[in-house]
Amino acid sequence: MALLEVNNLRTSFFTQAGEVRAVNDVSFSLDRGKVLGIVGESGSGKSVTAYSIMQILTHPGRIVGGSVKFDGQELVGASKEEMRKIRGKKISIIFQDPMTSLNPVYTIGNQMREAIMLHTKRNKKQATERALELLRMVNVNEPEKRLKQYPHELSGGMRQRVMIAMAIACEPDILIADEPTTALDVTIQAQILEVMQNLQKELGLAIIMITHDLGVIAQLCDEVIVMYAGKICERGTADDIFYQPLHEYTKGLLASIPGADDDDKPLVPIAGTPVDLLNLPQGCFFAPRCKNAMKICLRKYPQMCQFTETHHSSCWMNIKEAADEGLVTLTEGEESANE
Amino acid sequence: MNNNNDILLEVKNLKKYFPISTGAFQTKQLKAVDDVSFTIRRGETLGLVGESGCGKTTVGRTILNLYTPTDGEIIFDGKQIKTKKDLQEYRTHATMVFQDPYSSLDPRMTVADIIGEPLDVHKLYKNKEERAARIRELMGYVGLNSEHASRYPHEFSGGQRQRIGIARALAVNPSFIVCDEPVSALDVSIQAQVINMFKDLQKQLGLTYLFIAHDLLVVKHISDRIAVMYLGKLVELADANEIYRNPMHPYSQSLLSAVPIPDPDTARKNQRIVLEGDIPSPLNAPSGCPFRTRCPRATEQCAQSMPPLTDRGDGHFVACHLV
Repeated sequence: MALLEVNNLRTSFFTQAGEVRAVNDVSFSLDRGKVLGIVGESGSGKSVTAYSIMQILTHPGRIVGGSVKFDGQELVGASKEEMRKIRGKKISIIFQDPMTSLNPVYTIGNQMREAIMLHTKRNKKQATERALELLRMVNVNEPEKRLKQYPHELSGGMRQRVMIAMAIACEPDILIADEPTTALDVTIQAQILEVMQNLQKELGLAIIMITHDLGVIAQLCDEVIVMYAGKICERGTADDIFYQPLHEYTKGLLASIPGADDDDKPLVPIAGTPVDLLNLPQGCFFAPRCKNAMKICLRKYPQMCQFTETHHSSCWMNIKEAADEGLVTLTEGEESANE
Repeated sequence: MNNNNDILLEVKNLKKYFPISTGAFQTKQLKAVDDVSFTIRRGETLGLVGESGCGKTTVGRTILNLYTPTDGEIIFDGKQIKTKKDLQEYRTHATMVFQDPYSSLDPRMTVADIIGEPLDVHKLYKNKEERAARIRELMGYVGLNSEHASRYPHEFSGGQRQRIGIARALAVNPSFIVCDEPVSALDVSIQAQVINMFKDLQKQLGLTYLFIAHDLLVVKHISDRIAVMYLGKLVELADANEIYRNPMHPYSQSLLSAVPIPDPDTARKNQRIVLEGDIPSPLNAPSGCPFRTRCPRATEQCAQSMPPLTDRGDGHFVACHLV
């Protein structure tokens, strides 16, 4: 059984302008010790998916349907006490900006001890020892000195390490990292990614890596989910996604980023602007920007189909190609709409 | 390098120090840009990379005299920019595109007024019709619908706002544009649209760019040559492909190896050179070579003197004692 199973998760924000379906029927699973990447542009629902798993959504957002099962335990609808036992102890989260996640008026040591003593039966002295041990694990130099410092005295990279140290304090099974390196410089990003990779190996931690950077995904992830407008458009191993992308949006994303090769092939941007979540189109959400959109794409949302053991995609182009090869037969309505 | 016709902009020993108060009646000099020299050829794109706080934005702004240089010379088209009159004329040849498409546009001005402002300042039209026609032309260059001229910035998306900023920079018909992180605030699919536009405009209008960014793959894609900065100093300058294939300065080597490549196979094989520690504060910059505190190969000589930026063949400039 998978460690985390998300089924048909739907989260909406009820704003004055109407219901914003930030996460729209999302399903995936995560195995113990694996790294899952969620990639997408701003507003694609990747962060809200994470917040829904942790149930740290703020008003006016709430989960409107689906289930999140951690180790067999249903989290949607769980009581506050039950969730408190899960958060930090079983599933931890780190955010993009570590400055806003650390309390500026308490020392690092104070905040780390609090997290440790809350979830484990340690006294203050033992908690301090544990804090030092954790800081060493994430390669913080002079950990004794850091415990006495306040967040503003640390650099961005150092703060993010402290956040990671706090997140793994209770040896959680899953670490959710929401754009953990976006605010950092490349050399510092490399340090943080290395720390995360080591922790994953040493502690058998499963990681959900949320990012917009396909480079980070390629470095770290076993499995990848590509999201657009609140839906998963493609899911597969890193190799599936990078070498055999199926969905038109994934193909578009890969063509629009510069690579490291010598040849300067021109970038192929995706036309148009991101979709307005308040006015979702009728058919496939990506169809208005898709250069290969067919008639049916504008009418009906494509089903998520499985192409190999690991590779799933929901795009009419794939279904059409499969039909052309005679692998599937289309229903009457679909047949006539295809052109 | 001679001051021949090929060179559009020459920067000589540029310095920009900011006074920082460190206590009552005490100030210290923050050396944001310290003795930087380079040239930009006509029609080329020079990429300027480095991490936050290395002074790349300050270089861009000082070149355009948005910050008054502490010391050094800026020679544009063979003419040194000295007097106020020089500067006024210079500003019709050299303009800037800013990073944040949200804060760099006045929310109370319409798009037409934003793009038209440089035309007003430099009195570049004879009558209202000419001004309106020029604004329409500029909006066309950057792919904006000229019917939107009377709208306000908040009605546009990030990518479209950046286009407005670019149209404003093009208004005075410049030959040189400093692009300060023009695509970092944009989503990848929109980023590609804007990058392609920069390239098209360069071909169409014969522009020269100084392209400042921290995304090394973007810089490599758009630049002909790349300059690497660290703590206010230029450490390496070479042809874009050359610097990727053969980085010589230890900092450039680790910087380039740290870039996450969007390709799982390369990522698996790639041996990252992970640097220890953080960038030192420019207020307490190390003596000698600024990189020596993090350099895996630093020797005693590095602490004593700053290595000069010298040509190692084919215009590959490196400032390091060890190579």
